[in-house]
Amino acid sequence: MSETKYTKDHEWIRTEGDVATVGITDFAQAQLGDVVYVELPGVGRTFAAGESLGEIESTKSVGELIAPAAGEVVEVNDAVAGDPSLVNSGAEGDGWLVKLRFSEQAELLDEAAYRELTA
Amino acid sequence: MTATDATATGGAAPATPLLAVHEDAGAQLIDFAGWQMPVRYGSDLAEHEAVRQRAGLFDLSHMAELRVSGGGAAEFLDFALAGRLSAIELWQAKYSLLLAEHGGIIDDLIVYRTSETEYLVVANASNRHAALDALTTRSAGFDAQIVDETEQTGLVAVQGPAALAIVSAIGLESEPLEPLRYYRALPGIFEGEDVLIARTGYTGEDGFELYIAAHAAEDLWRALVLAGETHGLTPCGLAARDTLRLEAGMPLYGHELSLDVLPVQVGLGRVVALKTKGDFVGRAAVEAGPADDAPVLIGLTADGRRAPRAGYPVLDGDRVVGAVTSGALAPTLGHPIAMALVEPGSATSDSLTVDVRGTQLPARHTQLPFYKREA
Repeated sequence: MSETKYTKDHEWIRTEGDVATVGITDFAQAQLGDVVYVELPGVGRTFAAGESLGEIESTKSVGELIAPAAGEVVEVNDAVAGDPSLVNSGAEGDGWLVKLRFSEQAELLDEAAYRELTA
Repeated sequence: MTATDATATGGAAPATPLLAVHEDAGAQLIDFAGWQMPVRYGSDLAEHEAVRQRAGLFDLSHMAELRVSGGGAAEFLDFALAGRLSAIELWQAKYSLLLAEHGGIIDDLIVYRTSETEYLVVANASNRHAALDALTTRSAGFDAQIVDETEQTGLVAVQGPAALAIVSAIGLESEPLEPLRYYRALPGIFEGEDVLIARTGYTGEDGFELYIAAHAAEDLWRALVLAGETHGLTPCGLAARDTLRLEAGMPLYGHELSLDVLPVQVGLGRVVALKTKGDFVGRAAVEAGPADDAPVLIGLTADGRRAPRAGYPVLDGDRVVGAVTSGALAPTLGHPIAMALVEPGSATSDSLTVDVRGTQLPARHTQLPFYKREA
């Protein structure tokens, strides 16, 4: 498994072959509070960099899943749609949101840079 | 006719006396009207559920305590506030409004009578200075002194079905608490410190609010935590407080209440004592009433899991008729709820929707509150 990378929008990304698994970071889920609803995109949807791919709603606020680069949705995590609390209990694991195939290079942060962002 | 700001901090940001306790407990803090307050200790939903099923413990030390005293205190409050405070008994509490001349709401308040000539006025943290300024200005010509005791006062609330058992178990010296009725208070002593024990709250559950000197707040908090261990008492943050009050249909200043609405628009006409007292600030405007097309507050429910949130447009058919003032996926009820200010012609429409970020969510108007505990 590849090294985990991050975006400034508080997503984590792990790439295997040409598919990137994406979720929100543990920092992001802690800021949101209890996640009660997750809306995910349809498989096959294509998107541009910066587009919103979905919404993560907590009791207090709404977070968006922002595409870090253009690409296509290849899989979504149906388990999270059924049990949104997975985003809290396993933000950077079982609570992953989508698998994407990027058509361009995303600008990503390494772990140290992301930790600095959230320090 | 004098006002004293008893604060000695010289403009520094105020802090709850329980700040260190919250930090030790791992609370997530947010800035609320300049105070660092816990938004949650762990899970908002678990904290909400604890209050409905067992008991929750809240630090409300950011609330503003304004002490009004003097031979003319009762007469002054009758003039300055919308209610008839001269009529309340010793140790009675009353919900009241501070109105502007034009009838808009400067703040909503709880007023406790602590002696024949003394009241404790509790204002919202965000309106502390507006309330203090308005009361001070209005006190001209009355024998009434106003002292801002906010930063010398700690306020801790225990709310939920187990609240009585918990508060009764911390060694408070007072009359028995069990017979104390809702919106009544008692003087008590905790470890040598005066406590105002009030059966009031903002959650829709039974409960108590305890006012004590700031330096004794931590000991009181720890005693409650200890006594609450066997009752499932859970420290709760402002997030849970917000969903609890929303389910209970209670308005929040800055959301349902503002300078732009008259009390009658938000269902608080009964709070204004038009018939039982003489002149008071805002009277002429309240008597004149709002414009015919002025919005009114309604409750909305919806299906699904998506929450209408403050500011989202409310539509009647394809026309925008108002906006959500507060909304959430109700933790106890399991479906979305909201309060909204809408044109009076649409208040009972059967074709209302809320625009949830571009999606029209069908919504049904409903009576408030959304949640009422079993008696």
